[in-house]
Amino acid sequence: MSADPIRRLGDIPPILQLEDVDKVYRSGSLEVAAVRGVTLTVQEGEFVSVMGPSGSGKSTLMHIIGCLDTPTSGSYHLAGEDVSTMRESELADVRNRRIGFVFQQFNLLSTMSAWRNVELPLVYAGLPRAERRRRAVDALARVGLADRVDHRPGELSGGQQQRVSVARALVTDPQLILADEPTGNLDSTATADVLDLFDELQAQGRTIVLITHEHDVSARAQREVHMRDGMLLEVDRVRAP
Amino acid sequence: MTWPETLRTAWEAISTRRMRSALTVLGILIGIAAVMLTVGLGQGAQQQVASQIGKLGSNLLIVSPGSSTSLTGVRGGRGSATTLTTADAAVLADPAVAPDVKAVAPTSSTSASLTANGTNWTTTVVGTTPDWLEVRARSVASGRMFTDSELTTVQPEVVLGATTAQELFGVRDPVGQAVAIGAQPFTVIGVLDTVGSTVGGDQDDQAIVPATTYATLVSPSTGTSVSTIYLEATTSDTLSAAYQEATNALLTGHGVTAATADFSINSQESIVQTATSTSRTLTVLLGGIAAISLLVGGIGVMNIMLVSVTERIREIGLRKALGATPRIIRRQFLTEATVLGLIGGLLGLALGIAGSRVLPSVLDQPVPISALAAGLALAISLVIGVVAGVYPASRAARLSPIDALRSE
Repeated sequence: MSADPIRRLGDIPPILQLEDVDKVYRSGSLEVAAVRGVTLTVQEGEFVSVMGPSGSGKSTLMHIIGCLDTPTSGSYHLAGEDVSTMRESELADVRNRRIGFVFQQFNLLSTMSAWRNVELPLVYAGLPRAERRRRAVDALARVGLADRVDHRPGELSGGQQQRVSVARALVTDPQLILADEPTGNLDSTATADVLDLFDELQAQGRTIVLITHEHDVSARAQREVHMRDGMLLEVDRVRAP
Repeated sequence: MTWPETLRTAWEAISTRRMRSALTVLGILIGIAAVMLTVGLGQGAQQQVASQIGKLGSNLLIVSPGSSTSLTGVRGGRGSATTLTTADAAVLADPAVAPDVKAVAPTSSTSASLTANGTNWTTTVVGTTPDWLEVRARSVASGRMFTDSELTTVQPEVVLGATTAQELFGVRDPVGQAVAIGAQPFTVIGVLDTVGSTVGGDQDDQAIVPATTYATLVSPSTGTSVSTIYLEATTSDTLSAAYQEATNALLTGHGVTAATADFSINSQESIVQTATSTSRTLTVLLGGIAAISLLVGGIGVMNIMLVSVTERIREIGLRKALGATPRIIRRQFLTEATVLGLIGGLLGLALGIAGSRVLPSVLDQPVPISALAAGLALAISLVIGVVAGVYPASRAARLSPIDALRSE
């Protein structure tokens, strides 16, 4: 596995540090190990893609990374904080502060306008309404939707909807953007659109973990890891310019 | 998440599903309004009965004859015997015997036809003493009442109730006019005030004549027996003393014991209790039915909240992923159910108050809605909302964000 020079120097901790993480699902007497012995370190500013066919355990890994689930064994530090033993309400707080999610299904609330969708994480962060509005509009401007602030998801194209959800992921200024098949429901134009947006975010120094099964999507990342049968295989490569 | 924020979210969820929310609210609304109105109707009926009985007189005791037993052993109803006489009334009027009795009015009554100027009207003719006015808390609106001295001779004089006078003489002044009771000529000497009570017959439709005249000219078969003796105690505090004195005097006078008493004495209070117990039973029954409809309304809220949780699994998952704690989710759904309950309660309260304004003119009886009843109705609707919301809310809170996000 790749060495970690920055950490050894005692500088800032890595954003993600999973060590020997297992996730076992029990269903009656049946035990399924969805993730087995995964060790992964992601530094600040990296753009990492997790590749793998369906059933490879990449979704389970994404849930653990996203603090939506806890590992059965092993340790997981997110921005230096041990999250593997946290209670549900503490995890909710960590998700709120540190992670921005982008989902395949967009997961926008259809009854709310774009800016109301984007402000949602800030509601749970406890920010006052005026501040939330300002930051939501700002985030929408950053994804190029300044003129769609009051549109409802149903009035936006798929690509635009996904951009709204990227704005929602950005609005809390999280340390990690976690995207789960973000282009799975988009046509090729919208896919290019959203991937360009990820490139921009990376250029701004944001850490992105992208989960996908598409090679050309994965190719946009600096670094690619593969999941197979619950285990992680590192594929070191330098991204083509 | 702050309370205003929680309320805003709850309100948005409710207003998005407008039709369903309205129907849910309707269940609570009807329940609350029904409970308020049935309780109001019951209280109104009781108040009405109590106030009408109150108009019979104050500090009143009513002596009725006991029941008669025929030769074949069949007992008649209370008051069917003729065991009370004018002599009993004279004994009760003696301050030495019953010092706490202020006034005594032996009365007998019968139905008779009155004729004046070719108009006839059948009414109750009452033979009594001048004390009747005092005991029954009545007064003469025009003309005069007959006097004690007029009791010693047979005077063909009559005091008419307001309704009776109206029926016989219309707008003309009846005082001094001639009227025939049966075939006997009488002169109208006065008209009673209007009281508006119908307990024991319309109290404004009767004709009062002196007791001696009654026994001689109206109903000669009566002899010295009387149908009821009305007693008035000196004050409300001496009512029970007067009751005891009257009972003892009559037991001694009739030579009977309490077990074989051939009369009964009722206070106004006991009559009120008897009369209101019926309407109270009815109120409890109707109120119970209304309460059940309220319960069904509450079940409706719970049902709709459960549906809402199932429908919004993805939304709940998303909110959790974005940082909502189980506690916040629970509070959100609980607030939603409570708001539904409270809206239903407020609208039900409005409907109840509207009903209490409209119903009296339809039913001719007061439908009071006390502040207590209104407050209670709101509190109940609040409790229903909370109780109905607890289970769905805890289900929502327990949802795992992964499962919730995955569901289609």
